[in-house]
Amino acid sequence: MADADPQSRGKVTAPAGALLVSAFVVATCGLVYELLASTIASYLLGDSVTQFSTVIGAYLFAMGIGSWCSRYVKRGELRLFVRTELLIAVIGGCSAALLFMLFPLIEHFRVALYGIVLAIGFLVGLEIPLLIRILKDFDFRETVSSVLTFDYVGALAASLLFPLVLMPQLGMIRTGFAFGIANAGVALALLLALPRGRRMRGEVAAAVVILALLAAGFAASDRLQRWGEQASYGEPVVYARSSRFQRLVLTRKDDDLRLYLNGNLQFSARDEYRYHEALVKPVLGRVANPASVLILGGGDGLAAREVFRDPAVRRVTLVDLDPEMTALFRDTPALAALNRGSLSDLRMTVINADAFRWAREAKGRYDAIIVDFPDPVDYSVGKLYTDSFYAQVRRLLAPDGMMVVQSTSPLVAPDAYWTIATTLEAVGFATRGYHAYVPSFGEWGFTLAGLRPIPVRARLTPGRFVTAASEPQMFAFPPDMARRPVEVNRLDNQALVRVFDAAWSRYES
Amino acid sequence: MKADRRGALLGLGTGAAALAGGGAALAFREPPLPPGPLSGADLSRGHRLRQGKFPAPSREEHVGLVIAGGGIAGLSAGWALAEAGYDDFALLELEDEAGGNARSGRNAVSAYPLGAHYLPIPNREAAALRHMLERMGIITGTADGLPVYDPMQLCADLQERLLWRGKWQEGLVPRTGLTVKDRADLAAFDAEMTRATAAIGNDGKPAFATPTAYSSADPAWRALDRQSFAAWLDARDLTSPVLRAHVRYAMRDDYGTEPEHVSAWAGMHYWAGRRGFAAPHVADNVLTWPGGNGHLAGLMASRLGNRIRAGRIVHAVTRTGEGVAIDSFDVARGESVRTHARGAILAMPLFVTARLVPEVDATACTYAPWIVANVTVAQPPRGAGVPLAWDNVSSTSESLGYVVATHQDVAASAGATVLSWYLPLSDMAPASARRLMLERPADEWKRIVRDDLLAMHPELEIGEIALWRWGHAMIRPTPGYVWGAAPRHRTELPLFLAHSDLSGLSLFEEAHFHGVQAAEAAMTTLGHAHASLI
Repeated sequence: MADADPQSRGKVTAPAGALLVSAFVVATCGLVYELLASTIASYLLGDSVTQFSTVIGAYLFAMGIGSWCSRYVKRGELRLFVRTELLIAVIGGCSAALLFMLFPLIEHFRVALYGIVLAIGFLVGLEIPLLIRILKDFDFRETVSSVLTFDYVGALAASLLFPLVLMPQLGMIRTGFAFGIANAGVALALLLALPRGRRMRGEVAAAVVILALLAAGFAASDRLQRWGEQASYGEPVVYARSSRFQRLVLTRKDDDLRLYLNGNLQFSARDEYRYHEALVKPVLGRVANPASVLILGGGDGLAAREVFRDPAVRRVTLVDLDPEMTALFRDTPALAALNRGSLSDLRMTVINADAFRWAREAKGRYDAIIVDFPDPVDYSVGKLYTDSFYAQVRRLLAPDGMMVVQSTSPLVAPDAYWTIATTLEAVGFATRGYHAYVPSFGEWGFTLAGLRPIPVRARLTPGRFVTAASEPQMFAFPPDMARRPVEVNRLDNQALVRVFDAAWSRYES
Repeated sequence: MKADRRGALLGLGTGAAALAGGGAALAFREPPLPPGPLSGADLSRGHRLRQGKFPAPSREEHVGLVIAGGGIAGLSAGWALAEAGYDDFALLELEDEAGGNARSGRNAVSAYPLGAHYLPIPNREAAALRHMLERMGIITGTADGLPVYDPMQLCADLQERLLWRGKWQEGLVPRTGLTVKDRADLAAFDAEMTRATAAIGNDGKPAFATPTAYSSADPAWRALDRQSFAAWLDARDLTSPVLRAHVRYAMRDDYGTEPEHVSAWAGMHYWAGRRGFAAPHVADNVLTWPGGNGHLAGLMASRLGNRIRAGRIVHAVTRTGEGVAIDSFDVARGESVRTHARGAILAMPLFVTARLVPEVDATACTYAPWIVANVTVAQPPRGAGVPLAWDNVSSTSESLGYVVATHQDVAASAGATVLSWYLPLSDMAPASARRLMLERPADEWKRIVRDDLLAMHPELEIGEIALWRWGHAMIRPTPGYVWGAAPRHRTELPLFLAHSDLSGLSLFEEAHFHGVQAAEAAMTTLGHAHASLI
């Protein structure tokens, strides 16, 4: 078309139409990529107003740079146009998948985000002037008018398609690939519409490869999402499921099996024995005859495994919120091997209920109570660490019974750790704290609580970690974890969630 | 070639137009509105009283005392009578259920409030109320001379959050993006309110008490009742838009009224009238339940048992030789009943009482209409910033936001809940607002509720919207009402008035105080020995 030879005019007709179609597609795709980036940024970073505004601003600015740079293109506009189009197809098409996968991996997500937005903006900005120049032999007035018309109509199409069809039907990652395919498809169509002698073989091949790549990405969107998740856990994901209450993810790397709930590590098979021995042995060792044991939380059955090692145990009641969690650890062979079938033991009663609600209505007395809830990361779990909850649990403890509470890290979050003891004491428990080193967790804390002073000595059957010789060392607190005055955790102040959150955000930053 | 290009253009244009048109059609085809009933204070029963056509009484009954009206004031009167061992009374209630604007509803997900939804920790002076809370097990004992409240009934953390500049923040006063003027005005306002909270009048009483009857009569403080709160703020150059928006929220929240129409005394009372008598960390909290104050109304009603006669429209009050005759229309039976009694406690809103008793003049009484919507959602709302609170307010909405009915539930919240959404129609004259409320179709109200919630939470899955219209939700404490018009309402023996309209603040504490006061006055008149609670 940039052909001066009047005789070849008839031949360039088709490419002219195709070029205008590509103006439409480029505009549509460009805006879709921009909307995708904004949506993903809002989804991952929150504050949609800021995300949409900054992404759109960056995109339009980059278009300006692209337009300006087009002046340095002296010749070969058509080839560059096709290449640009293919490049947009690759970057834009993969942008959603890329952003999702990068998010957990990189520290400065915004650099990647705006990098992609700027790149796409730059390329789209480059295209429009090129297109006008390619069509320069036609009536200039009409060319500019047509190109811009298609550009703007494309924008409307994108802005309507995106929220009404694409997001609900395809989701973000697929939408990205679908529009990449459209981009590359238009480029290929344009290449094929060129007059024979002017075919660009290299570009045609590239277009075919890119199309195949994007189609594969489209087909594998679900798997990509999984890979993204895997990347964020750092280990291969072998099981992932969202139950009514939480997201359960199991990973396995070599012989290490790990459980994550809502992204927080619950145990690593390599060192969980340290945690569970430290949780269970001291409490059972301080009860003369721990015939009946109550476990609150601990749906993985690992604390129960340690409990059953004590021959005095006759009955165990385990109360865990999530039926999918207890079923998973009861019925999956590898997991049942890990907890030694504790959840299907005849002495075991599993109750799937909210522990607070259950404790309020529960009757009976238990010789030992093991409280093994997730860390107080939100208000919902925080309720299970309040004075009101402990007052309910207190009713369930036999007069000479003993209780232990998983109490977060006394090193990372000493205020949170001591809040738990302070809260237990506020409802009449005597307490003694101790801690153990669990490599995958770090320095971890526990609190013994009883209605009478906590015995110093315990009757201990030796384990791999806790023995009669090693146990007393766990009760010593060096100054950096020493007790400090803190508030009682109540339903109406959720002091624990607040200090816990503050300590871990400090630690992680 | 020209033709070809035109053809290409045309084809493409048509395609694009079709695409755009299809998209637009999709965009404008609104999703169907959620189902749910439209209900409210029974209009036909209320309006029937206005028309006044009732059959002559065909049945008679005799009791010692009649309570007409079963809102919080009437229930409190009945509760005080029962507490004093006076059992010979009947409570006549217009609606099918007692509780007034503290009633609650219930669906498969949760109980939810239809109106009033919380009670602040009562002040020391609210002795009768504290006594009742003790009897109800809400106050569980005392420690260091202060009442101890059942922690399960205290509003759990997080109590309040505000959607401010795209992010939910804790508390209802914005904290970020404030100008120097905003900060200065907020601090100055806070200082004024702190001063007023501690202020003692020249008679040794607190300037602002709850119940208001215990407030100082010092004219220096009462003079505040004669100007509007907006004028009071203007006079101090407290004009920060952030402060004024917060003040407007508070006035609409408690009084259903714009600051321009609230007296400065009533306005300040919102902040200065609260000195919760409890341990410091509890003093600022509130008591709340899934069904709101319907919980308290229910406890009081169950104490009264079958002495509550619901579905009775009281339409005539006549003094007789031995006391009073109350004519009421029994809606279920379609007949009028004459109840003979030695006295009567009139615990209806004053605009109703004024139709029955000539000495009551309610011309100074104005009432704010409200829309309350209970919205069942599949998942609890989220949003950027702090997590879901009990009370959730958006700084960009005309509504007062929503409270979460299941907030007090100690169990993990993973599923459906009910959001109680509040809108006082305060931006026009009450009579016009009432007309608008009635004439606007239910679907239009639903659309308003839905769009308001979706603006805060685009991801919200709304299952049902149950609308409730309150034509006369609460008395408006307009300038001159609280210390001018309200105290002038009186009746001759053996009639006793009981209603929060007598205070001018539609608060549980006020209704309770007037109920107990009327019950005690009636028992004194009837010669029933009792220990005064007030």
